[in-house]
Amino acid sequence: MRFWRCGIFVAALLPFLWWAWQVAAGQAGPEPGQYLLLNFGQCALILLLLTLSLTPLMKLTRWKGFAVIRRQLGLWTFSYGVLHLTSYLLFILGLDFSALGEDLQRRPYIIVGFAALLMLLALAVTSNRYSMKRLGKRWKFLHRIVYIALALVLLHFFWVVRADMTQWSGYAFVGVILMLLRIPVISRALGRVRPRRGRISDTQH
Amino acid sequence: MLLKTRKRHHIGENEVTSESVYHARRHFMAGVAGLGMAAALPRGAWAASHYDDVEKGARPEWFASRLEKAKWEAVTAGDSDKLTPFNDASHYNNFFEFGTSKDDPYKRAGAMTTEPWTIEIDGEVARPGTLNVDQLLGEHQLEERIYRLRCVEAWSMVIPWLGVPLSAILKRAEPTSDAKFVRFQTLMRPEEMPGQRSRFGLIDWPYQEGLRMDEAMHPLTLLSVGMYGRVLPNQNGAPVRLVVPWKYGFKSIKSIVRISLVKEQPSTAWPTINANEYGFYSNVNPEVDHPRWSQARERRLPNSLFSTNMIDTQMFNGYGEEVASLYKGMDLRKYF
Repeated sequence: MRFWRCGIFVAALLPFLWWAWQVAAGQAGPEPGQYLLLNFGQCALILLLLTLSLTPLMKLTRWKGFAVIRRQLGLWTFSYGVLHLTSYLLFILGLDFSALGEDLQRRPYIIVGFAALLMLLALAVTSNRYSMKRLGKRWKFLHRIVYIALALVLLHFFWVVRADMTQWSGYAFVGVILMLLRIPVISRALGRVRPRRGRISDTQH
Repeated sequence: MLLKTRKRHHIGENEVTSESVYHARRHFMAGVAGLGMAAALPRGAWAASHYDDVEKGARPEWFASRLEKAKWEAVTAGDSDKLTPFNDASHYNNFFEFGTSKDDPYKRAGAMTTEPWTIEIDGEVARPGTLNVDQLLGEHQLEERIYRLRCVEAWSMVIPWLGVPLSAILKRAEPTSDAKFVRFQTLMRPEEMPGQRSRFGLIDWPYQEGLRMDEAMHPLTLLSVGMYGRVLPNQNGAPVRLVVPWKYGFKSIKSIVRISLVKEQPSTAWPTINANEYGFYSNVNPEVDHPRWSQARERRLPNSLFSTNMIDTQMFNGYGEEVASLYKGMDLRKYF
């Protein structure tokens, strides 16, 4: 399990290293800031969808490996989200905060994206064991805002699309499936696909 | 004065030779008949000395034969407008027929067949017809024009185009008095253009653009067949594209197969998708924002992580002196 977790850590770090290397090598095109911005953002969305797929996968396969990387992938999602925001502030805005107010008025999707990132921040700071104990039942409730964050992220992306919805539709489709799998009836059915060992022996009698 | 001109630059003999050798070899490898003839036509000497580092393109006869007589730097940009490197201008494109990423066009446009190519001229003209590029260019001399290109997405480049004024070509077709607008159409070939096969695409293919007659006849409006002293790379709209420097880039339609002179304002690609965001005129205007972003400034490319290279956007992209009179009395907030 330890090996598996480390593997996930390295795999999640690789995109960052790859893009950083591309920029350093001058292979990121004439607008490297925009290149990083788009890639970090898309990576954050993919990681968010992957994180949300872990619970259904665990129910389906009963493999504990999916559970042990959930927090890690959630934190990676947040990290790439932060990189995405940082790229915007540094490379697009050029730290010119006088332009920020104007941008926020004209680009509502920035507000939506920022709200989503704030939600992920709340989840990141309460992802430790201490918070889980402290918050008790409220922890689970709090962490359901990840679903709202997903909706906001998809809206954020939707507003940026100009010519072709293919990519967005793909992510939205996966997002909708992951949400459907959380409807109690479906979620319970998912758990019955591969029954617990105990039950298997029961039926064999 | 409308068009600034500059003297031709002198070039060294060695460059001419190396170019002709290069092309002789190209033609030999391509197995083109009349090898001797082809080799005897050196590339525009000026271009050879100025665009040394530019990746060589194809060299169709219609282009090669005109390059020698080309008028270099017939129009230049401002002193602060540094030429965008060819590699950037040809690797960072919006050509949605090939995908939505900036690098999709250069990765995928190689699949587009540009030879043979015909352009249909029809509608309100006395002399309609279907022409190949050679016939389209006719006797007109190629001119190099260095224009600023302002994308509606708030980035910009400076590009040396090669082409002929659109007005010269339209005049030859003899527009009738009913011709009020010009409609342009891009190639429709889904088997070579993956964007046209997309099920979730928003553009109603084929891509269409349009100009008012006086805009089309304006001396700055160029029908381009080359850039950086070579033919247009496919991703930049080979073999023939429009360049209207005072309008947002999407008005400068690529890979044209049809030019129609029409009575009514034609429906064009972007306003059809969203009339609130894109207008028919789409003149560069720092005071009229795109609903989703400001148009007051632009990122001049290439930029870097350390500088966004942000500059103020100019009214009519800096061509106001030449074109503002076209829009006299028009409310440019309404007709954006």
